[in-house]
Amino acid sequence: MQAKKIATMGLLVALAMVLSWVEQLVPLSVTVPGVKLGLANLAVIFTLCRIGTRAAWGLSLLRVVLVSLTFGNAYSLWYSLAGALLSLVVMTLLRRTGRFSLLGISVAGAVCHNLGQIVVAAAVLGSASMVYYLPVLLVSGTAAGVCIGAVAAILVRRVRL
Amino acid sequence: MRKRTLDIILIAGVLLAAALLWLWLRPVEAGGSVLVIQDGQEIARYALHEDRTVTIGEADYNVLEIQNGQAAVTDANCGDHTCVRTGAVSRAGESIICLPHRLEIRIIGGADSSVDIVAQ
Repeated sequence: MQAKKIATMGLLVALAMVLSWVEQLVPLSVTVPGVKLGLANLAVIFTLCRIGTRAAWGLSLLRVVLVSLTFGNAYSLWYSLAGALLSLVVMTLLRRTGRFSLLGISVAGAVCHNLGQIVVAAAVLGSASMVYYLPVLLVSGTAAGVCIGAVAAILVRRVRL
Repeated sequence: MRKRTLDIILIAGVLLAAALLWLWLRPVEAGGSVLVIQDGQEIARYALHEDRTVTIGEADYNVLEIQNGQAAVTDANCGDHTCVRTGAVSRAGESIICLPHRLEIRIIGGADSSVDIVAQ
């Protein structure tokens, strides 16, 4: 049981990393930094629903650190971490209420990821003008969240561990 | 069924917030300047209608080019080059951001940003 869980988590962390990498290969937008699909959130939501809250937190935070070390820079670590943390907090809380489906959880997670990143970026720049990106990111985050949520719902139902 | 309803309320709320923010942030000033901000401090200000090329910083540099009423970062030695790929900005409220160099180039005043921000 224990060994199986370790193996499963290792697999999921690797999957989350690969999803992040695939996403960086296909940039969706260059005009507004931060517009993205959030493929890695598939692995996070799957883990949150099928394995547990603690596992999902571990997976998400580990992914951010590993992806920043391999593909990113010192700054991307901090704002990715802020996005991931805020997203995890909100997704966990919404799931605990039991009143939202995966679609709602995924949308909230995506939007919060963008929010967390903007807050840190604004702090790094010492300027609030990042908020100009916010309307675009809220809309793109919602769209991405709907897509990821729909796929995650299928995966959570169909995948056998 | 009830879950679906709450999801839709959540999504509608986020989109409404986006629409309100966008309306609220729409700039109304007139004038047209390029603001160079580093570490939250304004370090330079140029008129948008005067063509010029300036290099900001020495070891960590960004080349700012102002031409035909548009500002763009044409070269930089930051890691990600997000600033260069952002392209030219010209409307009030638009900005070019270089996080590694904690640099922001912001347009203030000038023509009202009538472009649909989503379709940029």
